[in-house]
Amino acid sequence: MSAAMKPASTEAALTMSGAEVVLRALKDNGVEVIFGYPGGAVLPIYDAIFQQNAIRHILVRHEQAAVHAAEGYARSTGKVGCVLVTSGPGATNAVTGLVDALLDSIPIVCLTGQVPTHLIGNDAFQEADTTGITRPATKHNYLVKKSEDLARVVHEAFYVAKSGRPGPVVIDLPKDILINKAPYTDAPKTEHRSYRPQTEPDAEQIHKAVALLKAAKKPVIYSGGGVINAGPEASRLLNDFVHMTGFPVTNTLMGLGAFPAEDPLFLGMLGMHGTYEANLAMHGCDVMLNIGARFDDRVTGRLNAFSPDSKKIHADIDPSSINKNVPVDVPIVGDAGRVLAALIAAWKADGEAQDKPALAAWWRQIDEWRAKDCLRYRQEGKIIKPQHAVKRLYEITKELGRETFITTEVGQHQMWAAQYFGFQKPNRWMTSGGLGTMGYGLPSAMGVQIAHPDALVIDIAGEASILMNIQEMGTLAQYRLPVKVFILNNEYMGMVRQWQELLHGGRYSESYSAALPDFVKLAESFHAKGIRVTDAADLDAGIREMLAHPGPVIADIAVAKDENCFPMIPSGAAHNEMILGPDQEGGVAGVTDEGKVLV
Amino acid sequence: MSEAGNAQRAATIAVLVENEAGVLARVIGLFSGRGYNIDSLTVAPVDETGRISRITVVTSGTEMVIEQIKAQLDRLVPVHKVSDLTLEGPHLVRELALIKVVGRGEERVEALRLADAFRARVVDATTESFVFEMTGAAEKIDAFCALMRPIGLAEVSRTGAVAIARGPRGLT
Ligand SMILES: Cc1cc2nc3c(=O)[nH]c(=O)nc-3n(C[C@H](O)[C@H](O)[C@H](O)COP(=O)(O)OP(=O)(O)OC[C@H]3O[C@@H](n4cnc5c(N)ncnc54)[C@H](O)[C@@H]3O)c2cc1C
Ligand SMILES: Cc1ncc(C[n+]2csc(CCOP(=O)(O)OP(=O)(O)O)c2C)c(N)n1
Ligand SMILES: [Mg+2]
Repeated sequence: MSAAMKPASTEAALTMSGAEVVLRALKDNGVEVIFGYPGGAVLPIYDAIFQQNAIRHILVRHEQAAVHAAEGYARSTGKVGCVLVTSGPGATNAVTGLVDALLDSIPIVCLTGQVPTHLIGNDAFQEADTTGITRPATKHNYLVKKSEDLARVVHEAFYVAKSGRPGPVVIDLPKDILINKAPYTDAPKTEHRSYRPQTEPDAEQIHKAVALLKAAKKPVIYSGGGVINAGPEASRLLNDFVHMTGFPVTNTLMGLGAFPAEDPLFLGMLGMHGTYEANLAMHGCDVMLNIGARFDDRVTGRLNAFSPDSKKIHADIDPSSINKNVPVDVPIVGDAGRVLAALIAAWKADGEAQDKPALAAWWRQIDEWRAKDCLRYRQEGKIIKPQHAVKRLYEITKELGRETFITTEVGQHQMWAAQYFGFQKPNRWMTSGGLGTMGYGLPSAMGVQIAHPDALVIDIAGEASILMNIQEMGTLAQYRLPVKVFILNNEYMGMVRQWQELLHGGRYSESYSAALPDFVKLAESFHAKGIRVTDAADLDAGIREMLAHPGPVIADIAVAKDENCFPMIPSGAAHNEMILGPDQEGGVAGVTDEGKVLV
Repeated sequence: MSEAGNAQRAATIAVLVENEAGVLARVIGLFSGRGYNIDSLTVAPVDETGRISRITVVTSGTEMVIEQIKAQLDRLVPVHKVSDLTLEGPHLVRELALIKVVGRGEERVEALRLADAFRARVVDATTESFVFEMTGAAEKIDAFCALMRPIGLAEVSRTGAVAIARGPRGLT
């Protein structure tokens, strides 16, 4: 809540319409930008927006994109992202974005219009049961039926969206509530009646954890999106803790950037497309510290073979994440930053010595795994390897030294971005991890660029995914957002093709990207610059041209069509049954029938 | 706690919730959406202001699943408190049933005799029917209904289980 706003007097409050109360409450909750799309039910809010300057409205081209834009905004700033859509189709279009934010723990407040209270339930024009539809798509939702509840509900929505495990919150606003006069009340200073997540860890559990970690011979730290959620200070503390202990650390897809990629203690990403060393360290460790990660199936592989010989410590702000998939020995409920601070203090206070010789031996083992160089690829000839395209993009942006944010769509390109683009800081990496929503990257980049107007924002895309929210090129043009869309164009839904190659006998059923548009002309038609690169010799020049252009760009990079993303732990396999690429030795593990039913 | 095992157990869980629109849908949606069992679910306001309702859910699953159910319930925004009565010690479980038996002659006498043995009360009677009211554990009601079936059991309405811990210990 902005400190500048003083309590509204009741008299003044009664002169405000519901819509004005909503805007006032948004402003008091620190909202500067709303991503939205108008319609009949929300016209009163649009009218109120028209008459003020404190909050900027960004007109998207599809409501799903409004939510992804708000997610990009939120993830890159640590603030709550705000969305405004109309009733019925506006709300239903937003649902994919809401579920995306739910699975990736992104704080969003989404205002949806609703038919007037007296028509609810009558199948009125553009009526949808929005709270019913979004109940399992949100962390919480509200239908405001009384004007006097309006301000309180908005304040509460922001509290719920950002406290504990963050997530999306919907407020459904009937049109009469927006038009009628409503009182304004400040955000309550008292605790929430029922929702009070625990942020401070239990000291006893911290001591148990430190005792295990001190005695560890083969430790590993596995950190996730929760460390990003906990704010940049948590990443700093993670850094301190890792260096203090000398332990190897790996990040989930959602956790990338929490630990600097170029630090020698970093093992890279773990999981299905994680590095050989990270996965084998997870498999062979004797003590695992999970901090802010949720033992997702993309990470654990076959559960009954997951890290069989380790004692597990799991710190998470959401008790339901603990013992959900993997039973742990030391559960710690709390905020990742608070937990790390407590671990650091307890580690220092603890008199026991570390087993340094054992740790050194463990590192020697890890270095042997590292020597496999599992991300090696060979760039030869004219055809551009997608890995190479990402690697060059990374190196050239690093050379430029500009503040850089990366978003992605979903597929192989997303995994290559995770593997080959090194993130040094948190909040620079926006990807759809849990839901895996194709079409996430472009609108998300839009939201990031709004929040960071001077930064370099790049959507690493696939040619199939980009078409799922391509209409947002219009938004880029309207607001002069210089987002760069870097398409790794393999003319396939590559990730689908890869599974078909490895699991379905090479029957490429419906995974070819036929009838693609001319992306250069498409860019131009949206007032952007289009670049196409087809020869490896021209790659660097193409990247530089893209980065040098002051406006939005689509760079269509023709890459090898049949490249697979490795390493890969096939569905239903264990960490030590990883498939490596053709440039590494290591057998191709078969996929079991049990594995085939998994996604 | 590495091998929690696959043994199933029943759990009677009491949940105190804010009595607001949609709260029951949230709880039920959680069970159906995540594939948990609901053997019985009851709800009613329990405080003087009517702001707090108490939900009693009887469910079953492995220890890990029951722990999940409780954690999932607890993270719902309008939930104040979740308590696993089965785990926490001695507690009482009761259910109320209204049982309609239709018949004439000998059967009526037999119905009344059995009702007496089960301490079911007659709350409505016509020349050809009775409505019995009985409270007790679910098994007792099951047993009574089974005996009434050949006699002329016509209709049953049951509340589902309500439960409370024995002794002075309270939930709030
Ligand atoms: C095609 C594809 C392939 C994928 N392959 C991989 C892969 O190889 N490897 C991989 O890692 N992922 C992969 N993913 C992503 C995967 O699906 C999951 O999204 C991801 O692994 C989850 O990351 P996480 O465990 O860090 O949890 P998140 O989803 O980021 O959840 C965060 C956890 O931290 C907790 N938390 C939130 N806030 C806090 C706080 N303040 N303090 C403490 N805890 C907090 C939450 O309760 C939650 O448990 C892939 C996704 C796609 C689409
Ligand atoms: C909305 C949506 N529909 C379907 C999928 C399933 N899916 C995952 S990756 C993928 C192919 C993506 O193709 P492309 O964008 O070209 O990326 P590539 O894998 O080729 O890099 C598909 C269809 C999805 N993740 N999201
Ligand atoms: Mg593709």
